[in-house]
Amino acid sequence: MTQTATQRPVHWRPARVAEVREETATTRTIAFDVPGWPGHVAGQHVDVRLTAEDGYQAERSYSIASPPDGHRVELTIQRVPDGELSSYMCAEMRAGDEAELRGPVGGWFVWHPEESTPVLLVAGGSGVVPLMAMLRERARAGSTAPFSLLYSVRNPEVALYAGELDALARDGGGLDVSLLFSDAAPEGTTRPVGRIRPDDLAGTGLPAGSAGRAYVCGPTAFVEAVAGLLADHGYDPSNVRTERFGPTGG
Amino acid sequence: MAVVTRGFVGRRDPTTAQLPPGQYLTPDFPVLSAGPTPRIAVDQWRFTITAETGSQHGWTWRELLDLPSEQPTVDIHCVTKWSKLGTHWQGVSLDTLLEPVQTQAGYALVRSYGGYSTNLPLADLRGGKAWIAYRYDGGDLPAEHGGPARLLVPHLYFWKSAKWVSGIELRTDDMPGFWETMGYHSYGDPWRDQRYAGD
Repeated sequence: MTQTATQRPVHWRPARVAEVREETATTRTIAFDVPGWPGHVAGQHVDVRLTAEDGYQAERSYSIASPPDGHRVELTIQRVPDGELSSYMCAEMRAGDEAELRGPVGGWFVWHPEESTPVLLVAGGSGVVPLMAMLRERARAGSTAPFSLLYSVRNPEVALYAGELDALARDGGGLDVSLLFSDAAPEGTTRPVGRIRPDDLAGTGLPAGSAGRAYVCGPTAFVEAVAGLLADHGYDPSNVRTERFGPTGG
Repeated sequence: MAVVTRGFVGRRDPTTAQLPPGQYLTPDFPVLSAGPTPRIAVDQWRFTITAETGSQHGWTWRELLDLPSEQPTVDIHCVTKWSKLGTHWQGVSLDTLLEPVQTQAGYALVRSYGGYSTNLPLADLRGGKAWIAYRYDGGDLPAEHGGPARLLVPHLYFWKSAKWVSGIELRTDDMPGFWETMGYHSYGDPWRDQRYAGD
């Protein structure tokens, strides 16, 4: 079991919004500069705390979307209906605004660039965010570990990072990207629309079973379904790492 | 002086006042786990307490169900910041399960089917504070929530309430479990905001 020792105390650090990028109609990426940020590993998350003028505070956890890059930490935030933090961050927040970040957190759902094991990433909806950090880290570090991303998404309008994924896959070097549209696909897509199914796994070109590791992130029902498919495809449960998003958040 | 976030007002849900610091209320029951959900048939299920001397007490599924059960209604607090109030469970108190066990141990390492583990002081399993729970909200405990049976120790963050529990090792040393070796707090009291090592 790979461990990331983070036994030092993780305390709140002031952070400033450096940039906001719209990703989809309901999702944006917020880049924070966090002086003193200790660095992170792809796949980790961070706690965010916002404080109102009268001192009222609220916190949430978010996956980090960016690879390690000095004091810069990027989060891709999906607006959750009634989400206390996400509704503010997806509408109001702009460059120059301040918040506090605490982290990085989590030492299991992570990928280290020195690992050469073949990796299968399976994302459902906004579950692609921590997996994108791994793909970006792979590119940044010049890793040649075989990677395949299966990204299940309702339709092209809500697909995150589509252009960047396209560019990463076109660069070659052992990365294969497949978007799996569940409700509506762009014209010319050969795969019939629908949820992820066994053929999707078989088509990745990665060795089945114990030779590889899988990271699965998405809503609970998606993760449960994919874990079943991976077991049928020969993956040992110890090589399948999961992260789940319930219907809540905020 | 805390950093102020321009224009942030917040929802200010009045129920937040009943919650530990940093938590928010959810009506749902989110699922978190590090890997696939193990499926354990109840006729294969076994729960074992191993004392520091090596002596063991074990229960089959039938034997567990034959023990007197309790129906605690408790609040639960996940380290990922959601809390859920007034959850209904049924299970066997650890006081009942520990009753025949001779031990001088100070700590417990809880183990699960699928390889998960978590540690806590043995005192936190005694005194009507912990159960091996097998029913939730009037039904069998679903596998994704830890069925057939999980530890329920709701006064600590919910990662301590190990799903798919298979046994408890009583130890003289406090050996860290799965998340506790990855930066999470050794004890995990939500009211003291003990989320990460060093808190």
